[in-house]
Amino acid sequence: MEAKKKVLLEVKGLKQYFNVGRKDEVKAVDDISFHIYEGETFGLVGESGSGKSTTGRSVIRLYDPTAGEIIFDGKDISKIRAKKDLQEFRREVQMIFQDPYASLNPRMKVNDIIAEGIDINKLANDEAQRTAKVNELLQVVGLDPSHGTRYPHEFSGGQRQRIGIARALAVDPRFIICDEPISALDVSIQAQVVNLLQDLQKNVGLTYLFIAHDLSMVKHISDRIGVMHSGKLLEMGSSEDVYSFGVHPYTESLLSAIPLPDPEYERNRKRIIYQAPAADNKERKLREITPEHYVYCSEDEVMIYRQKIEAKKAAAQESL
Amino acid sequence: MEKVLEVKDLRISFDTFAGKVNAIRGVSFELFKGETLAIVGESGSGKSVTTRSIMRLLSSNATIDSGEILFKGQDIVRKTEKQMQTIRGKEIAMIFQDPMTSLDPTMPIGKQVAESLIKHNKVSKQEGLTQALELLKLVGIPNAEKRLKNYPHQFSGGQRQRIVIAIALICYPEVLIADEPTTALDVTIQAQILELLKDLQEKISTSIIFITHDLGVVANVADRVAVMYGGRLVEVGTAEEIFYNPQHPYTWGLLGSMPTMEGTEDKLYAIPGSPPDLLDPPKGDAFYPRNEYALKIDAEQEPPYFEVSPTHKAATWLLAPQAPKVTPPAEIVRRWAIYEQRYKKTGGAN
Repeated sequence: MEAKKKVLLEVKGLKQYFNVGRKDEVKAVDDISFHIYEGETFGLVGESGSGKSTTGRSVIRLYDPTAGEIIFDGKDISKIRAKKDLQEFRREVQMIFQDPYASLNPRMKVNDIIAEGIDINKLANDEAQRTAKVNELLQVVGLDPSHGTRYPHEFSGGQRQRIGIARALAVDPRFIICDEPISALDVSIQAQVVNLLQDLQKNVGLTYLFIAHDLSMVKHISDRIGVMHSGKLLEMGSSEDVYSFGVHPYTESLLSAIPLPDPEYERNRKRIIYQAPAADNKERKLREITPEHYVYCSEDEVMIYRQKIEAKKAAAQESL
Repeated sequence: MEKVLEVKDLRISFDTFAGKVNAIRGVSFELFKGETLAIVGESGSGKSVTTRSIMRLLSSNATIDSGEILFKGQDIVRKTEKQMQTIRGKEIAMIFQDPMTSLDPTMPIGKQVAESLIKHNKVSKQEGLTQALELLKLVGIPNAEKRLKNYPHQFSGGQRQRIVIAIALICYPEVLIADEPTTALDVTIQAQILELLKDLQEKISTSIIFITHDLGVVANVADRVAVMYGGRLVEVGTAEEIFYNPQHPYTWGLLGSMPTMEGTEDKLYAIPGSPPDLLDPPKGDAFYPRNEYALKIDAEQEPPYFEVSPTHKAATWLLAPQAPKVTPPAEIVRRWAIYEQRYKKTGGAN
């Protein structure tokens, strides 16, 4: 094992409620905790309405959390009040959005879209430096510097997503939240964008929070994964732990629903249907079942899950 | 097998400010009774245009330059709008991609489902609603009796797509065109909708044309697969042939760019470049500029179809007798091995 990994982001007991105290109160994120190590990709999966995007938005403080702590590099950013501090924080944390059509201002030239962060944070001393920086960014994401004078509508979806990535990179962030960055793209273009994100991670040492509902892509890109449902984290562990040895019934149901490009497999697929357990009064929270593999359960379920994981691991050994 | 639909050398172009866009450049295929044909390809490849032309729902700047669409022996291209109205929705129906925008927000869903039945089959409103209720139960809308009078916004995305499916199926159409019906949905909901479609297909023996760019979904639903690129079908075959014995480099690229669940690969294969500009279609093979396996002839001459088996053909010069042998990507070699092993016919072309 390598030396102890540094935790870059830690989320503790995050709650994000909307319409608090009203009849239509929504507990979009309900008491979740996780941490992300420096240089890794943490994947967050779940269906729409599970709270995964809300989590991402709370982490970058687009929402003010109802409760909980968000500690980025040792500082609790949920408590930041001064505008100046918030701006500083957002230099280090950037976001790439889902819809490459809606997230770029149609009236701005690509150059200005990318340079907006540079201007706000005064990262360029003069015009020449600004242009040089923008051109460099365009090249990094695989576009041509001459593209900078065009408007967003002149680009395809994949190219627009690259512009979105260049914009996020412009302020030299350390941490990027990718909110379904490839869902709107074609399969062949998805691979291009995912490869770009991975190359950047390798070259620049970025840390990602990768939010998506395409589980096979999340598995490909993530080191560790959290599974969300109804505002709660139900399972968390390494990519391998969650995909091969995922034991929470919801994780199993989600995994069984992924379509694979293999007709033989598809014909024999058995889908597992998830039913939320009936309410009992047991206290449920994320508990560590095996090292670094957490499942949302009550105290007495720990043993059951542990046995389940062991059985799955034994079965995997057998089939080798 | 009985042919329900036959498309012959279809060519469609669009008049735009920039010039004439040749969106469909000679597409031919047939659809047999009770089967599901999946058309895959990236945005702009022409898959939606092809199917919209079958419904005669092309925009006003589109022209069908040549070709025939034979439905039960009659050419749809030559039908008047009035004649089309007796076919559209009744004999050929369509499920659209976006369940949020394909329902009328101001009309209760019972009425929307019954509408085409009342129009086409001249049943009474009461009878229409009764049948609509039956179908809504069948597609799995809980509490359907109580919800007939509800409006679309009162349903979730998955339920809306079920309603859209009910609308398409109410007249028991012979051909159902499903244009990316699950792209906007979550995997769990997607799986439910696909199961529902297969179930209903068995019950009323409809033929389905399924458009998608998700190969996982294709593997799940398709009997046969047509791969579309730059306004042409580049490869057509049974699902087994396309998934385990693909021959066209574009099909290789598509299959290679999906992550596998074993997840041993470091880096995904990505097809380089972007789709062709159909304003000015390339002289040779449209895939040529992005094709790592391109031969010299690809730049000059469009490849014809080479037959791999009676049910399988591909338009690539790699299948020409005098073409050099190439080794496809590792993922494809793995798939070819499965084909050799399980389907025991003589494997690939080479």
